[in-house]
Amino acid sequence: MMSREQILHAVKMNQPEELALPNLDSFFENQTQGDIAEFTSVLQGIGALVLQVRNHQEMINTLKAQFKIGEVRVVSPLESLREIAEPFIGDDPHQLANAELVILPSHFAVAENGACWLSDALCSERVLPFITQHLVLTVNKEDIVPTMHEAYARIGKADYGFGTFIAGPSKTADIAQSLVLGAHGPRSLIVFII
Amino acid sequence: MKVADHAQRADIFNQDEKRVDWHDETLWWIRQKRDKIAHQIPQWEELREAASSIKAHTLSNLHNYLIEFEKHAEQNGIKIHWAADAKEHNQIVHQLLQKNNINQLVKSKSMLTEECHLNEYLQEQGIDVIDSDLGERIVQLAKEPPSHIVLPCIHKTKEEIGELFHEHLGTPKGNSDPQLLTEAARIHLRDTFLTRKAALTGVNFAIAETGEIVICTNEGNADMGAHLADIHIASMGIEKIIPKREHLAVFLRLLARSATGQPITTYSSHFSKPRAGTEIHIILVDNGRTRQLGREDFRSSLKCIRCGACMNTCPVYRRSGGHSYHNAVAGPIGSILAPNLDMKDFADLPFASTLCGSCTNVCPVKIDIHEQLYKWRQVLVKEGHVDPKKAIAMQVMAKTLASPTLYHLAGKAARITLKYAPFVVNNKFNAWYLQREMPEVPKSSFGEWYQQNRKDS
Repeated sequence: MMSREQILHAVKMNQPEELALPNLDSFFENQTQGDIAEFTSVLQGIGALVLQVRNHQEMINTLKAQFKIGEVRVVSPLESLREIAEPFIGDDPHQLANAELVILPSHFAVAENGACWLSDALCSERVLPFITQHLVLTVNKEDIVPTMHEAYARIGKADYGFGTFIAGPSKTADIAQSLVLGAHGPRSLIVFII
Repeated sequence: MKVADHAQRADIFNQDEKRVDWHDETLWWIRQKRDKIAHQIPQWEELREAASSIKAHTLSNLHNYLIEFEKHAEQNGIKIHWAADAKEHNQIVHQLLQKNNINQLVKSKSMLTEECHLNEYLQEQGIDVIDSDLGERIVQLAKEPPSHIVLPCIHKTKEEIGELFHEHLGTPKGNSDPQLLTEAARIHLRDTFLTRKAALTGVNFAIAETGEIVICTNEGNADMGAHLADIHIASMGIEKIIPKREHLAVFLRLLARSATGQPITTYSSHFSKPRAGTEIHIILVDNGRTRQLGREDFRSSLKCIRCGACMNTCPVYRRSGGHSYHNAVAGPIGSILAPNLDMKDFADLPFASTLCGSCTNVCPVKIDIHEQLYKWRQVLVKEGHVDPKKAIAMQVMAKTLASPTLYHLAGKAARITLKYAPFVVNNKFNAWYLQREMPEVPKSSFGEWYQQNRKDS
C-alpha cells in the first residue's frame, strides 16, 4: 500500500495544469450504415473470406462443402446450426482443444478495418474464437458501421466481462517479415454477411 | 566497466553489410505500408492531433484517472497492485505465482517486463517462463533481448531462425521456410498454452471510465494464454490510462496503421471482469514514469503507444539495429525514455540520431521526439555525462567559431594540411574518413575570395 500512496503523490506533484479533452464529434461519418463493399474488400485484404448468404441454411450448405462436417468437432452456441454443430456445455475451456470449427454470431462489424465485435453475451466461453483451428463469424448486413467511432458509440456503456474485435485469421510475420496465416489462433476466418 | 555505447554496438551490426541492407530496406518497406494506409484516411492528421490531446489531458489529470481506474477495476472483480519500481513489480509477480504454487508462466508481449528484466528475475527464483509471441520466443531461444518493440527478431535472418528451431524444436536441419517454422512454433506453444496455469500479458490501453484493459495482438497469443489460465497477470505502466471507452476509437484507428500498415490488429481484446473461478491481477508500475512526468521538456514522451513507427522510419535505427540501443525500447522513442531511467548508462542514446525529424512526423501521438533528443543532449552535457573528448572538442569549436581571427586561422591551417599533408587527417585513426573522401580543397576561403572579387568589380 506504501507504493500506491507514493506513486499517487508523485503523480499529483508532477502532473501539469489540467488541459482540455478534445471533442470527437467531427470524426463521425454522416451515415450510420457502413459500406458492405468496403468491409468485404478490407477484410479479404487481411486474409479472411467474406460471403453473403440469405439465411443460416445457405451458410450451412456452404460450410458442408468447405469442411468435413461429421468427421471433425464443430462447436456453436447458435440453435439454428444444430444440424452441423454442437453447443459447448463443459466448464473447462481446455476441453475445447480439439475444436476444428467454431461458428459464432457477432454484434456488428466495422467497414474501415474489417473487424467484427463480439462480447461474452454471444460467446460464453472466451477462448472459443481463439482455440479453434478455423473460425466462422456471422454479421447481419444492417449491422455494419463505417468506422471505430460509430463502433464505440454502438458499444456505449455495455456491461461485459470480455469483448473483442476480430479482424481476420491469426497471423504473424515475425520470421523474415513473411506473412503466415495461422499463428496461435485460427488458421482461417470466414465471415458470413446475412 | 563501461558498457559499449551505441556507436560501438552499431559497428558490430554493420560488419554484416548484407544484413544491414535487408534490415534497412525491410523497415523502410513497413514505413511505406504505414504511409499508404494512413493516406487512405482523410482525417489522419486530425486523428493524430486528437490522440495527442487525449494523452496530454490524461497526463494532466493522471492522479484522478488512476484512482478512477482502480475503483472501477476493483468493482469488476480485478485485483490492483502498485509497484514503485522494477524490483517491486517483479516481486509482486513472483508472490502471486508462489501463493498459487505455480512455477510455470506463459507470457505475451510486454515491453514493461523487458524494462523490469522480469524473465531473468523469475528464472533466478526457479520459475519457468515461456514467451509466446513468435518473435519473442525466437529471441528467447537465442538468449537475446528483442531488438524492436513490434518486430522482436527483425535482426535475425530466416536461416538463423531455422537453425535455432532445428536445435530447440526439432525442425529439419537447413529448412528455413517461414510457413514450416511458424507451424512448428504453433504446435510447441499450443501445448504451452494448454498446460500453463498462469498467464502474463502487457496492456495497450486501460480505461478509467470502465476499469477494463485492452490488449492488441495479431497472433492471438495473449488471448490463448489468458483465457486458458487460472490467473491472468497484466503489467502496465501508469501512463497507459485513457479516460473513456470512446477514446479507444482514436487509438485503435492509429495504432496498427502506424505500426505495420494494417487497418487494425487481428485481435483487440477488452478484459473487464475475470472468468468465473479465475483471477485477473493488474500491476500499475511507476519505475521512473512520475519523474519523467515532472520533466516539462520530456513529459510528452509518456504519450507513447509503442507502435514502433519512429524506429521504422529512423535512418540511424534502420542501419544500426535495435541492439545497439542497449535498452528495452530502442530507436528514437527509446532514446528519450532511457536517459530518464539512468542518465549515465544511456547518455549515448540521444546522440544516436541525425535529428532529421522523421520520427516526429510519423508519431501517431505527435511526440516531438527529435526536439527532445536535442534537449536531452544539452541536459547530458550539463550534467557531465558526455565523453570529455567530445566536450573539449565542442568547447574548442565554440571558441573558434566565436572569434573571427581564430576562425580564419583554423580555416587556413585546414586547407594547407589537406593540400600538403592529407595523411595527417586521412588515416585509419580518424573515423570520419572510414567511409568518406573529402572534396578537393579550395585555393582560398569564401571570405578571401569575396574580398578579392569585390575589390576587382
